[in-house]
Amino acid sequence: MNLFSSNKTAGSPSEEGLPRAMHRRNFLRFAGASAAATTLLVVAACNKDDDMTTPGGSTGTSVNLGTGDIGILNYAYALEQLEAAFYIQVIQTQYTGITAAETAMLTDIRDHEVAHREFFKAALGTMAIAGLTPDFTSINFTNRASVLGAAKAFEDLGVSAYNGAGKLIKDATYLTLAGKIVSVEARHAAYIRNLISSGSFANSEVIDANGLEIHKDPAAVLAIAGKFVKNTIDFSGLPK
Amino acid sequence: MNLNQLFSQIEQADPEIHDRLDTRRSAMRQFANLGKKLAATAIPVALGAMFKKAYGQAPAGLLEVLNFALTLEYLEAEFYTTALAKTGLIPAGAALGAIQTISTHETQHVAFLRTAITGAGATPVAKPKFDFSGGSGSGTGPFANVFNSYELFLAVAQTLEDTGVRAYKGQAPNLLRTGDVLTAALRIHSVEARHASQIRQMRRAANFSTTIKPWITLNNTEINPDNAVIQAVYNGENNPTQAGLDLRAYRALDNAAVTFVTATEAFDEPLTRAEVLAIAGPFIAR
Repeated sequence: MNLFSSNKTAGSPSEEGLPRAMHRRNFLRFAGASAAATTLLVVAACNKDDDMTTPGGSTGTSVNLGTGDIGILNYAYALEQLEAAFYIQVIQTQYTGITAAETAMLTDIRDHEVAHREFFKAALGTMAIAGLTPDFTSINFTNRASVLGAAKAFEDLGVSAYNGAGKLIKDATYLTLAGKIVSVEARHAAYIRNLISSGSFANSEVIDANGLEIHKDPAAVLAIAGKFVKNTIDFSGLPK
Repeated sequence: MNLNQLFSQIEQADPEIHDRLDTRRSAMRQFANLGKKLAATAIPVALGAMFKKAYGQAPAGLLEVLNFALTLEYLEAEFYTTALAKTGLIPAGAALGAIQTISTHETQHVAFLRTAITGAGATPVAKPKFDFSGGSGSGTGPFANVFNSYELFLAVAQTLEDTGVRAYKGQAPNLLRTGDVLTAALRIHSVEARHASQIRQMRRAANFSTTIKPWITLNNTEINPDNAVIQAVYNGENNPTQAGLDLRAYRALDNAAVTFVTATEAFDEPLTRAEVLAIAGPFIAR
């Protein structure tokens, strides 16, 4: 069972039913416009294994996120894979001088990121991209400043990524799911930032003069995240 | 083969499908391009202008969401302004600095939302008269001592921030496909989450709770003594199931299952507008 074959019951009718109904109506109008075109689309949709542009389709080390909401979910899955791998390493090879409190909190964060990763993997099912190969050679895991600096970068980037991707999502259920995760990432970010510099939990590096947090589009996010992944991530199919 | 997959394929074949089926989308898209060229301070005005362009006037539903958010921001902003005016309530140094930072953001959120609503040709909802004792105007509610006790002040701050996070999250689906309006709401939402994390860290540092974490565990309030008003802020947070998937069914590290605690901490839960208003109700004078 995954998100795309389950009957979604989350959300009230007013929150979800209308957009979904409109979506379907729009689809039917489109389908009615050309029966021949529809047939082709159905065939294309059913033969995704032969289609190099479907999610998970890969050539060598390149990973294609796919299109539409699935593409956005794979985009989130890619970022969560990266974060989970990072914190697993942080706990495996703890930095010099780590305190018991830091170990406890960083272990919690690791477990949250692993839960996020496993959730996306299960929800996407056969549409999920492959496991990415992280590249953390730029991080010195024995050094507190290096590890926390990377953690701050990952958490701030994650929040800005979800903030930027929200408007690209078409389905209310997926939007709510992204919202449920991004606030936890923001909680992490505020904690990590205070470990580096007390009181920097929401400073002007991440919050603008309107009191709004920064947001980044997938191209900007992956330009940064890509440095920590050996794979090439093809996001050309994502909505814009 | 399922409908979502098919929709995705249609969109791939015809990326403009939504624009052609829904002319409002094209106005939104034009605005999105325009937004990239605008200075940050011009965004609220431009949001209002977008409403007019896309709809002739801002739709009632969107204005309701914005006015609902504005009411919560009024509440938070006045709460911190009042606390900061109370000499000696907040310890000088790191604690005072943090509350000043949070207060500044809440005041900025009020200004942002008011400008956006005005820009849409509507009138922002008036600021209610607040009763931070939680007594609905009596001044004698359960938090009557909130501006005399640092511990109680931080406890109420925690509930307001965690409520704010849940409130914006609950409204996100109502802003689906509204482009930069949704983005603005999400950008406030994550700031509220940073605040909530900060207040929770402050409560731990001050030893007001020895177990509280920056994130929400199960449906624990971590406030002692708590009451029904406080508990309502956390009801429903002990949810291990997302999109029909029970996270505990998945193997995580060393083949161990994702625990119930982790499953609930890893996902924050939304509140409906009615649930939020029930929580905020005692803080608003009748």
